[in-house]
Parts: sequence; C-alpha cells; structure tokens
Amino acid sequence: MIRGACKAGSGPLLAAPLAACGGNWQSALDVYGTAAIGLKQLIILIVAVCSVVWMLVMIALIVALWRRRDAQAQAPEPTRERRMTVAIMGAVVATVLIIGTFTVMSFIATRALNVAGQDDLTIRVRGLQWWWGLEYVGPDPSQRFETANEIHIPVGRNVRLKLEGLDVIHSFWVPSLAGKQDLVPGRPNELTIRAERAGVYRGQCAEFCGMQHAHMALLVIAEPQDDFDKWANAQRQAATQPAEEEAASGLQTFLAKPCAACHTVRGTAAAGTTGPDLTHVGGRRAIAAGLFETTRGSLAAWIADPQTIKPGNNMPLVPLTPEELRAVSAYLASLK
Amino acid sequence: MNGPPTAPDTRDADIERTRLPSVLAETWKTPVGFWGALVTVDHKIIGRRYIFTAFVFLAIGGVLAALMRIQLAQPEARLFGPDRYNQIFTMHGANMMFLFAVPVMEAVAVYLVPLMVGTRNIAFPRLNAFSYWIYLAGGVLLWTAFALDMGPDVGWFAYVPLSGPQYGAGKRADIWAQMITFTELSALAVAVELVVTIFKQRAPGMTLDRIPVFVWAMLVTSFLVIMAMPAIMIASTSLILDRLVGTHFFNPAEGGDALLWQHLFWFFGHPEVYIIFLPAAGMVSTMIEPFARRPAFGYLGLVMALIATGILAFGLWVHHMFVAGLPRLGDSFFTASSMAIAVPAGIQIFCWLATLWDGRPVFKTPLLFIIGFVVTFVIGGLTGVMVASVPFDTQVHDTYFVVAHFHYVLIGGAVFPLLGAVHYWFPKLTGRMMSERLGQWSFWLIIVGFNATFFPMHILGLEGMPRRIYTYQPDLPWHGLNLFISLSAVILIAGFLLFFINAIRSAHFGEVAPDNPWDAPTLEWASTSPPPSYNFAMIPVVSSLHPLWDDRETLPVAAGLRTDRRELVVTTLAGAEPQAREASPRNSIWPLWAAIATTIMLIWSIFSPWAVIWGSIPVAVALIGWFWPKGTPEDES
Repeated sequence: MIRGACKAGSGPLLAAPLAACGGNWQSALDVYGTAAIGLKQLIILIVAVCSVVWMLVMIALIVALWRRRDAQAQAPEPTRERRMTVAIMGAVVATVLIIGTFTVMSFIATRALNVAGQDDLTIRVRGLQWWWGLEYVGPDPSQRFETANEIHIPVGRNVRLKLEGLDVIHSFWVPSLAGKQDLVPGRPNELTIRAERAGVYRGQCAEFCGMQHAHMALLVIAEPQDDFDKWANAQRQAATQPAEEEAASGLQTFLAKPCAACHTVRGTAAAGTTGPDLTHVGGRRAIAAGLFETTRGSLAAWIADPQTIKPGNNMPLVPLTPEELRAVSAYLASLK
Repeated sequence: MNGPPTAPDTRDADIERTRLPSVLAETWKTPVGFWGALVTVDHKIIGRRYIFTAFVFLAIGGVLAALMRIQLAQPEARLFGPDRYNQIFTMHGANMMFLFAVPVMEAVAVYLVPLMVGTRNIAFPRLNAFSYWIYLAGGVLLWTAFALDMGPDVGWFAYVPLSGPQYGAGKRADIWAQMITFTELSALAVAVELVVTIFKQRAPGMTLDRIPVFVWAMLVTSFLVIMAMPAIMIASTSLILDRLVGTHFFNPAEGGDALLWQHLFWFFGHPEVYIIFLPAAGMVSTMIEPFARRPAFGYLGLVMALIATGILAFGLWVHHMFVAGLPRLGDSFFTASSMAIAVPAGIQIFCWLATLWDGRPVFKTPLLFIIGFVVTFVIGGLTGVMVASVPFDTQVHDTYFVVAHFHYVLIGGAVFPLLGAVHYWFPKLTGRMMSERLGQWSFWLIIVGFNATFFPMHILGLEGMPRRIYTYQPDLPWHGLNLFISLSAVILIAGFLLFFINAIRSAHFGEVAPDNPWDAPTLEWASTSPPPSYNFAMIPVVSSLHPLWDDRETLPVAAGLRTDRRELVVTTLAGAEPQAREASPRNSIWPLWAAIATTIMLIWSIFSPWAVIWGSIPVAVALIGWFWPKGTPEDES
C-alpha cells in the first residue's frame, strides 16, 4: 500500500511528524491545510444550523399531525387563519435571516480563498488523461524542473498552483488541504494551498474525465523547508547513470523501444513528452497516478500489461522479452 | 357563425339527458383495437400511455442503479470495466432525467389537466399524439444504443471537450445529443398544449384564483420548459455540428470555449430541476386537501411561490460551475440567488404544515408519501443551501455529497409526491383502487431504504469520495459505508417492486372505485372513474376553488355544445368567460407518420448531415397530410 510507507516512515520524511497518517488522508473532515481548516469550520457551522432547522420543521410536522383535535370538524375561521399567517410570516423571516447570514459568511470565506503573493512557490499543474504533469517554476529558469503525480511542498508556506487542462476538463482536489478547482482547457485557473503540518495527503481528479477518471490520483507531500529544498535539488538533477549492469541494460532497452518516444528521462536521449517525466520515478511513492506503490515488481507489472491494470489509459503495451522487462523495471526503480 | 354546418346542428341541450352520453361517446370515441391505438388523440389514452412508458424507464433506470451499487459495494470490484460502468452511470442519469422525470410529470398533466380544468380534450390533441411517439422513439434510440454497446459514456451532462470530436470517439455522444432532440421536441410540444389548455379551455367561471394548484404548477412548469429547452437545443445541436461537420463551437484551440457548453447546459439544467419539482409541489398542494380535510392553507402564497421559483430558476445555473474558475464576485451573486430559492420553497413547506395543523389528517398512503416528502425534501433543500455556498461547494462539488443532495431533492422532492399521486389518482385512471395495505408497506420500505441508501453518501462525499468513479482503491476508508449503502438499496428496491406489484395487481383486481373515493374538491372527480372519452357530458360551471365541496348536490353545467362533432368551450384568459365553441381535432394517423418521418431524419442525421435535407421531405409530406384541410368550419362564437 502506498500509505504503508507513511506509517513505516522512510528517508527524509521519517523526521517529520506524519500528521495525515492518523486520520483519513483524503477527507474534507481530516484537514491539515489552511484553506481546508477554514472550510471545515464553515461546513460544521452551516450543517449545525441546518440540522436545527430540520429538527424544528420535523417537530412542527409531528405536532401538526398528531396534536389533539376537537371531534367536530371546524370550518376555516378568520382568526385561526390569521394566526397561521403570522406564524408563516415569522418562519419566512427566519428563513431569510438564516440564508442572508449564510450568504454573507460565504462571501467573506470566498474572499479568503486563493490569496497568494507573487513570490510564492509556483507549480504548474497540468491535467491529462489520466495523470498529473507538474512543473516547478522558479524565479530563475535554472530552478525549474518537471515531475509527475507527486507534489512536494514546504510546510507553512503558500504554494501557488497554476492549473491547466491539456485535453479534457479535470479538477484538482486534495480535500485535506483545500477545496477543488477545475483544470479547463483554454482557461488557466489558480489555486493556493498551504499545509499547516507535514504529512502525505492524497488527492484525486474530481471532474469526470473519461475511462480512468477513477484512477487519477496524486499525492501532496508536505515537508519542512530543508527537506523540501533537498528534494527539489535532487529533482533538478539529471538521472544518474545506472551503476548495475542490469539497470544499464534496462536503459538501453528503454531507449531502443518506444518508451523513449513518450517519456523523458533527463540525462539520457529519452525526451518524449506524451507521458510522465520519469527522471526520478523510482523515488516517487506511487506509479500510474496513485494506483500502486512504486516497487520494481509493480513497475514490471505495469509495463507488462498497462491495459489490464488501467483499461483505456494511453500507455500502449510494448512487447518486451522477460529479460528486457526485468532490466527496464530495474532501471526505472533505480531512478531515485 | 361561419358557413353552413355540414350536418344538422344538434346541441346537447336538445337531447334527452339519458341519451346524451351515448351520442357523445359516438362522437368522441377511439376505435377499438390496434388501429384505434395508433390513431387516437384522446388525452387520457395518451396520458396513460405516457405514464406507463415513463414508469418502465424508471424501472430499467433503477436496474442500472442497482448494477452500480453492486460494483461499488467493494473496492476494486471487477463486475464492470470502466467503459461499461461509464455507460451505465451516463444512461442512469440521462434516462432518469430525460426519459423519466420530466416526461412523467408532463404525462400526469396530459391526463389530469384537461379533467381538472373541465374540458373535453387537451389543446392540439394531434400534437399530443405526436409528442408521445417522438418521446418513445427517443427512449428506444437510447436504450437500443446501450444494448449495442453504443450507449453514451460522457455523463448525462456531456461536458466538452470529453464529448467533443477529439475525445468522444464513435457515435456515443451523438446518440446522447440526438436523444436530447427527441425529448426536447416532445417536452416542448406538451408544454405548448398545456399552456393553451390552461389559458383557453378552462371551464366557465374558473377564474385565475379558482385554478387548482397542480394546474398552476403545470402552467409555470410549461413556461419553464418553453424557456429552458432552447438552451439545451442550441447546446446539443452545436455539439452535433462540432462532431459531424467540424465546427468549433467548443474547441478552445480554434476560438471555441469549453465553458460555453456548461453555461448553455446548466441554463437549461437548473430550471430542469424545477421542471421536475414544481409539478410535484403542485401535486402535494392538491392532494393535501382531501387528506387534511380542509382547503390548502395560503392558496395565493402557494401559487406565488410556484411563480417565484419559476423566475428564480433561471438565475442560479452558475452554482453548478463554482469550481470552474469564474470570477469570484459573480459566483457570490449566484450564491445569493441560489439561497433565495429557499424562500419560496419554505413558504410552500410552511403552508403545507399549516394545512396539516389545522386539518384533520387521514393517514392513507398518499398522505404518507406527502409526509415522507416533507421529511426528505427538507433535507435535500437544506443541503441545497449548503452547496449554494461557494466555499462549502469547493469541498463537496462533484462528490457523493452532491449525489446524496440531488437524490434527496429528486426522489424525496419529486418521486415521493409522484408515488403518492399514483395512489391518489389511480382510481381515476383505472377505475380501481390501489391496495392500501401494500401501499403502506411499500411506503415504509421506500422511505427507510431511501434514507439508508442516500444519507451515508453525504458522509462519503465529505470523506473525499468523488462522483462518477467506477471503482476505488482499498486504502481509502470508503468500503464500509459503500457496502452499507448497497445493502440498504435492497430495501429501497424491494419497496419499489412492491409498488409496481401493487399497481399491476390493482389495475386488474383492485376494488372498483367510485367517482370520488377521497371526497376531493377538484373537477376531475366530477367525472366517472375512469372518465368517458368526452370527460364531461355537460361542461361544468365553476364558482369556487373547490367546486365539489361547495356545490355538493349538483354541479352547475353549461349547455349548448354540439354533439354531432367534437366541440369544446373556449373561455377568456383571466375571467374564464365563455368565448367560443371550438372544434377539437378528430383521430388521425398522421401524427404517427410524422413521428416516424422525424425519427428517421433525426437518427440518420447522427451519421450524415445530408439527412437533414433528404429526411425533411417525408416530414413535409407527413405534415401536409396532418394539416390537410377538411372543410370543417372555424370556431363558432
């Protein structure tokens, strides 16, 4: 399980308190982001008020149905009718007050969303069928690098996400951190997220985007600034040349077969842009947009038959011999 | 008088009262047998047919829902792959919205409105026949495509670019778009018929403030249909053009706009909710009177609430697009308008509560469904207030919270009153009562099953479960609730099965119904159960909102209509004063031919744009046959 790593702890994350490990890691009720915390308070308040309203209506209904009545039928009579009119007027005024309050609260809460400074860390998030392309943009072009499906952010800082839909409409949603925002082709959107605590948070595409909408997840890993900087520096590096023989032969296969036509591994001749950047794929927690924990075995299974594992996805089945498959998966797993 | 009558002018007043029914029956009859079924223009036969067909679509749409619940009962289930599952949820939504919910409400109105306003047939009865055939053809098209694995798989909302030429391969999205054309044609036709019937064919004396609330609801609904449907017509036609002849309405790469689709779709799609809900609200206001044994409290408030809802309905479509990235200030405007709709909804709820409070309730199945409706619909309305809030919506939009919300509104708010209405008007439709015992059993199963099925979905949504996913992974904590939901759905399905069994059994073996089994106050109960082909031997004259309560002994009637040909009374719009005797069209086969020709043209146009050219020739021929002048004299005043 991808989350297993979260409990066991590994690498630089071991040092950080893994807040999300205790609760649900994809929930609007287990919140660790500034926006999501505010939203949860608003949700609880509105739900509480509405529950009271519902109970009042139910009490009125029960009393109306089962109150004691005169045995004799009474014709509608003006004073009773007037009293009921007054009661209804009162209920309508209460309704107006409640929804008026909700409207003002919503308006204020909306203004607080998406406030980010210009110098914040900026990540371009591209929605594609069915994975997430990520580009970290720095003030200086040398700082930029690409990755996929796993966003690292420093804890306690605003992070600006520039959301772009490249094929169909997707929606970026990591409920433990913030509300969702659509990625609409031709209309770039922005979303600001900030994690209050370190942890691993799961997100998932929320707008129906075709066959594999169900398997278009991403992880957000919030970590202390130092760990984040270390990670970002590592990501900026090109892939290291494989040391082991098997991995080296895997690289040769990767370049010789159609893999390189769609995927980039920086530092090699592979420069395709159709599929996710694989330069450090072995260091990411999950493959296939959150489907499996990254292991050599899961990589091999995925490459061997992507259409059974994730039917309809855009990765074709590339025929490989068992040796080639082993070598390629060893190579990819080595790309930390 | 225009021109000499072709036959001796026989009037109802000249005939003995005992002979009158047989003379009228001869004039208004539908031939027996298969031919009669094809040519009939009797609103009651067509209305029954419409209702039956819509319930068939409800049943098979329910089967799809059950299949989805089996798939979602456990993580990573493999009962269906994504391709089939996406077709199933698209079919469920499209079927329930376009083939069940809207048509069934119009169908009930086709049957009831002419009876409730005291006339002999709906306005434009041949158009009515045509609208049914077109509706049937649209439904058959959609389900045939699904059976052939060509069912639409882009969601009932068919967002571009996913449904566009680049990503929606094959003919699946075209079938969705053309099914829309069929249903909008039939819905528009019925809406026009209802508006004219309600405006011009009310019984003498039925002034605006004496119209039953259900009829008011259908009037408002019909205007909503007339104003909302063109938006989806533009949208679906532009989509077909994008797909078939390479226009770029929705292609951002060529100057089109993906969000334009959403605006057009929801400008229709949101009023659609009220097109479904307002008739249900009207049913409640009408049914509550005999079961509270007093007039509905606040007639003016109820009618004004219907109209206000109808107007506000067009001002809140953007709340379906709160996370699409529109300007935040604009979003806030739509928050305010969406919340405002709680006011007219609240007024209606409060008036019904007051009616029950002051009345003496009779706990029969229709009232149980009204109570169930209040309990669940208030939840749906309150969650509607929640999703109207932009910040709240950013967390729950496109999650199971919304799935729960709109099932509370549509099942709790519309299907519960509809089921109550079936129990209530069943004797009028069939001449037999539904079983009260089975009715109460089905009510309890449905309300318990419904809440156990849909309430937990609110929690799932807040726990992060998005809509429209064909499966989910085991490391997400959703499987417990999903299994609970799937098991609860069994109770809900059992309730619906019992309802269907009750309806079918009662139609054959039910207790024979008197004319007015509930002691109801509205005109449809003045006729026999079921009504004769001519509805009323003499057109009733109305002098109050509750004619059958206020004129208990004998209903005053108007005389002077001809009996040797189909005639009905046309009255003025506001005061319902008699204006003219209007000829009502006779049976005809041409609406069927016109529907067949239109169907061929529309289905062919999925495959070739030339269909519109060549296919229009048979349509023109059928329409010429339909309107061929018969030399009948015009209206006689």
